[in-house]
Amino acid sequence: MQENEVPQDEALFDGMSEVCYALDESGRYVLAKSAGWEPANIANLQAWDVIHAEVAAVLARVRAGELSPLAYHMARHQMDAKLLAGYAGLFCWQVRRHMKPAPFSKLNPARLARYATIFKTTTEELCRIPSEADTSRTDT
Amino acid sequence: MNPAFPHRQTAHCESGVIANLLTHHGLPISEAMAFGIGGGLFFGYLPFIRINGLPLTTFRTTPGAIFSRVTKRLGIGVARKNFKNPDQAMAELDRYLAQGVPVGMQTGVYWLPYFPPALRFHFNAHNLIAFGKRGDDYLISDPVLPEPVVCAAADLARARFAQGALAPKGKMYCITTVPKALDLAPAIRQSIRDVCRLMLSVPFPLIGTRGIRYLADQLERWPSRLGDRRAILYLGNLIRMQEEIGTGGGGFRFIFAAFLQEGADVLGNSRLLELSQRMTATGDLWREFAVAGARHCKGRSGAGEDFADLARMLRRCAEQEDAVLRELAALVRKG
Repeated sequence: MQENEVPQDEALFDGMSEVCYALDESGRYVLAKSAGWEPANIANLQAWDVIHAEVAAVLARVRAGELSPLAYHMARHQMDAKLLAGYAGLFCWQVRRHMKPAPFSKLNPARLARYATIFKTTTEELCRIPSEADTSRTDT
Repeated sequence: MNPAFPHRQTAHCESGVIANLLTHHGLPISEAMAFGIGGGLFFGYLPFIRINGLPLTTFRTTPGAIFSRVTKRLGIGVARKNFKNPDQAMAELDRYLAQGVPVGMQTGVYWLPYFPPALRFHFNAHNLIAFGKRGDDYLISDPVLPEPVVCAAADLARARFAQGALAPKGKMYCITTVPKALDLAPAIRQSIRDVCRLMLSVPFPLIGTRGIRYLADQLERWPSRLGDRRAILYLGNLIRMQEEIGTGGGGFRFIFAAFLQEGADVLGNSRLLELSQRMTATGDLWREFAVAGARHCKGRSGAGEDFADLARMLRRCAEQEDAVLRELAALVRKG
């Protein structure tokens, strides 16, 4: 890649730039700033589309009473039961149980607070069933 | 008080951290040189390891390997520590910083507040340096960012104890002793030999240039095996692994070519320069593959860009890399 070919397809980095390696006119490698590259952007946005679709699907099941709000927060934070179990210091099966509405509603305040801290939210927010999926990526 | 740290933005976090740390300790070295001596170039297609349900493809060596190879090959003393307890881990970090020693750390990227949100996935093999503390905030030199940043203690602790695959467990490391000068030449030869061995002659079909060919065969069958939708997800994931931030472009092939170019100067070997150019050409081929693949993901692919054509492009990458690496291997064997 030549230095003057370094792509500047801004999309993902919020104005930040990454560094990539390119050749200057004399054929020496230099570090060149790039605002992004369209193929990489496409691949990255595709990954986010999958996450957003998953969040929407989980939310629909939460609203239908099949899953607890915990499942929604997990999807939003790209977490599966195993990952959340790691953060919460619980067993996987416990987290899976808490993803069901009935066991979730019986959780004690301490455990709810623990989950809320992990998701950087409040207990009320954790237990609330949102009306629409929050797919912003800025609030983690 | 703002302690000075020679922050440089680099393409890749691990080689950037080691290059910046060495530079701080009076041994200026480029990122590409650190990446090369760390034997960073690799290829592996490991479908039995799944990340978000998608097969793992890697263009670089295992996390941590670059750091340990560079320090070993250049005779640099390091202190490393893992922790169970976040409070202890932060206290130990403070102890080093109070002595004015910058500390490298492995972290997850998901909880780093200064990271662009679009890049926040649960990826745990990120590396950064803390070089000072101001109140409750740490001064961070994150090599993929243009400038040093400030990070609150709570956020840093969270990132150091991120969970999941490759969990960092608070890992921190710093340089304790350095040689008077860096003896690059033998390290360069040894690392080229090492990379060539791993890429060419490991009898395991999923890694090295054989792995690229294996991936090409698999990719050709993705649409029939997985259906169009999954096939496109697999393809998009592959492009992400190849081009997402931290690779320097072309799945680390350009940064390795830059290393070969620098190595040619150190060893005074013009053949190495030529091979650097050919390594650049393989990087360009990988970029072409990403362009065609991304068009496919967008449903905008033209004629001659179905999965069979993409597989053909990958086979060309494999063929070229094979040829370049074989010549490299022969070159370092002789000299």
